[in-house]
Amino acid sequence: MGQILAVALDGIIYSSWLFLIALGLTLIYGVMKILNMAHGSLYALGAYAAASLVGRWVAGGHAPLGSYAMLLLAAVLVGLLVGPLIERGVLKFMYGREEIVLVLVTYALFLMLEDAIKLIWGVDPYFVSEPYGLLGSFDFAGLTYPVYSAALIFVSLAVGGALAWWLGRTRRGKMLLAVIHDREVSAALGINVRRVYLVTFTVGTMLAAIGGALTAPTVSVVPGMGVEVIVLAFAVVVIGGLGSFAGAALGALIVGIVRSGAVHYFPEVELFSIYVVMAVVLLLRPRGLFSRPEPRRI
Amino acid sequence: MRASQGLTSLVAAGLGLIGTAFAADPQPAAKAEPKAVKIGIVTFLSGAAAGPFGVPARNGAEVLVEGLNGGKLPAPYAKAGLGGAPITLVFIDEAGSTSKQVSEYRDLVQRQNVDLVIGYVSSGNCLAVAPVAEELKKLTVLFDCGTPRIFEDASYQYVFRTSSHATMDSVGAALYVMEHKPSTKKIAGINQNYAWGQDSWNDFEAAMKALKPSVEITTSQMPKLLAGQYGAEISALLGSNPDVIHSSLWGGDLEAFVLQATPRGAFKKSTVVLTTGETAMFRLAIPDGTIIGARGPHGVFAPDNELNRWFRTAYQDRFGVPPSYASYHMAQAIFGVKAAYEKAQGSATNPPTQEQIATALQGLTFQAPSGTVRMAIGKGHQAITETAYGTIKAVKGKATLVNVKRYPAEAVNPPEGVKSQDWIKSSLKRPGS
Repeated sequence: MGQILAVALDGIIYSSWLFLIALGLTLIYGVMKILNMAHGSLYALGAYAAASLVGRWVAGGHAPLGSYAMLLLAAVLVGLLVGPLIERGVLKFMYGREEIVLVLVTYALFLMLEDAIKLIWGVDPYFVSEPYGLLGSFDFAGLTYPVYSAALIFVSLAVGGALAWWLGRTRRGKMLLAVIHDREVSAALGINVRRVYLVTFTVGTMLAAIGGALTAPTVSVVPGMGVEVIVLAFAVVVIGGLGSFAGAALGALIVGIVRSGAVHYFPEVELFSIYVVMAVVLLLRPRGLFSRPEPRRI
Repeated sequence: MRASQGLTSLVAAGLGLIGTAFAADPQPAAKAEPKAVKIGIVTFLSGAAAGPFGVPARNGAEVLVEGLNGGKLPAPYAKAGLGGAPITLVFIDEAGSTSKQVSEYRDLVQRQNVDLVIGYVSSGNCLAVAPVAEELKKLTVLFDCGTPRIFEDASYQYVFRTSSHATMDSVGAALYVMEHKPSTKKIAGINQNYAWGQDSWNDFEAAMKALKPSVEITTSQMPKLLAGQYGAEISALLGSNPDVIHSSLWGGDLEAFVLQATPRGAFKKSTVVLTTGETAMFRLAIPDGTIIGARGPHGVFAPDNELNRWFRTAYQDRFGVPPSYASYHMAQAIFGVKAAYEKAQGSATNPPTQEQIATALQGLTFQAPSGTVRMAIGKGHQAITETAYGTIKAVKGKATLVNVKRYPAEAVNPPEGVKSQDWIKSSLKRPGS
């Protein structure tokens, strides 16, 4: 029984982390139809920015609790600076081209960002573990867990909830949903699609950076940390259906629980457990669990 | 259906691109001076292995070659360069696929015309490049990769490895555990799911069973390389209540594991053995009581000899941090080449041929900052050295080592002609028993 509870908690913690990362990817795809290969680099940028800000905060001898504010500030800064820069500076000139061209464009961005990160921060690892240990730990199912990991579940729920509220309850959110549904008709109705794109990409970037910033205290912040993440995030959104928020949530939950179960019961197959799930889902529903039927355009 | 195929191929294209992510370009070649010996150095300059291994190795090569070219080293390496000829270095990034490394190797040998190649952190790259080196008849010294298979499954004329292979690390760890925790009954492991992690765990498990047949394995966790998140793995380890947890994780993975396992009490509940722990010991607080190694008598385990003092000081002065084991592995390779080159040259003034250097290096015994290196196994192509393990104890916030134990080369390496796994299973004994 204890082990089943541990599998569940480990799985949910991992799912929350996956969901935070996958959300931005699916948002950008849903609205802009761009499979953003640079998402992992934006995640890494968030982690590096958090490492720098928290590092300075702690070195400055400020109140330790403020380091959490620094994590969020890092994500917001990366979102507001890098998001518009990429959208206005690069993507703006690429709209209307085939999706595969945009994959190549964002892949180029990914390479540039990886090198930019190395130029700014070098190849040595950064550690900002202070926020991780600060909240203490708790016992569950006979095991010790850091409170920080459990807090991640709530952050993830809050971010998902806020996005759902914004999309469903606010005017701008509804406009965004309209663009997801049909870009041309939205434009014809007077929605400023370009502006929606700018906001979407900025929010998507911020979400990636939040994922990175919140991960930074638990890992060593090293070059290439975003590469593994982008592969996982792809698996999650493909399982859930590209562009679907509920799909991202369910995809993350499935992947998290399956992986955790594999680690506890069959560690030797953990490596490909996620891809087995992905293969099975795609066999049964080739466009993912929460895909909408594609309208045929004439 | 077409739409779904389009989507799948889009994702596949994306993932394919990610796969080649770190296929970085080679560094610009150094300009060759007349009569200089041109050495190609291949090590990670980007990607996750750059920080812990690649860059310290490159830095080690730079500092050492500068010292050698300036004739600043103590005896027996006081002669400038290689037998008086200056050394120039060409650096190649090891990041990227194995097939890319094979192309890079061919480029180094056939277009850049290097005189010899020193390189490779990754076992996969070592295995792939060795046969190509033999085909091109180019002296190639593997400096860091661990897999025992290179000289156990094949034999070469032009390929050498100047550091001990991974069996030594696992056997040394097992001997240390049995000596300092003789009551150990249950062991567990967390190792990366590729050649290095699997070999390390298999050797450790076999060595523990050879030393104490009643030892029980509670769980062997095999997370993906660069996974970064170990929450579930740590739960599985904690839940299985092992006395000892073995790990050959390296770089960012090792550091993330230490950061995530410490607040969960894994280091208090079990004795953790980190076979590459030395690279991280000054970077983050590894809890007291953790057993760490350095893949040989390197870094903090290095003996106090004149060569080590020179190397450590030169490195520290230049880069502001002490050299780690990757730097020592690199130094070992360069010293091996220098010793062989000068032995082959003798009193002649002409540079020795590839074959003459290879013959000289075969079975050679030479001195390095980490002590004596003997090319004793793999038909004289594979080095054996002593190794050392120790236990972490923080003194005034700074990591130090207590209970440092050194194991002579023969106690931790198989003899000539015997495969590692066979040797562990048939003849591994506790020293003195």
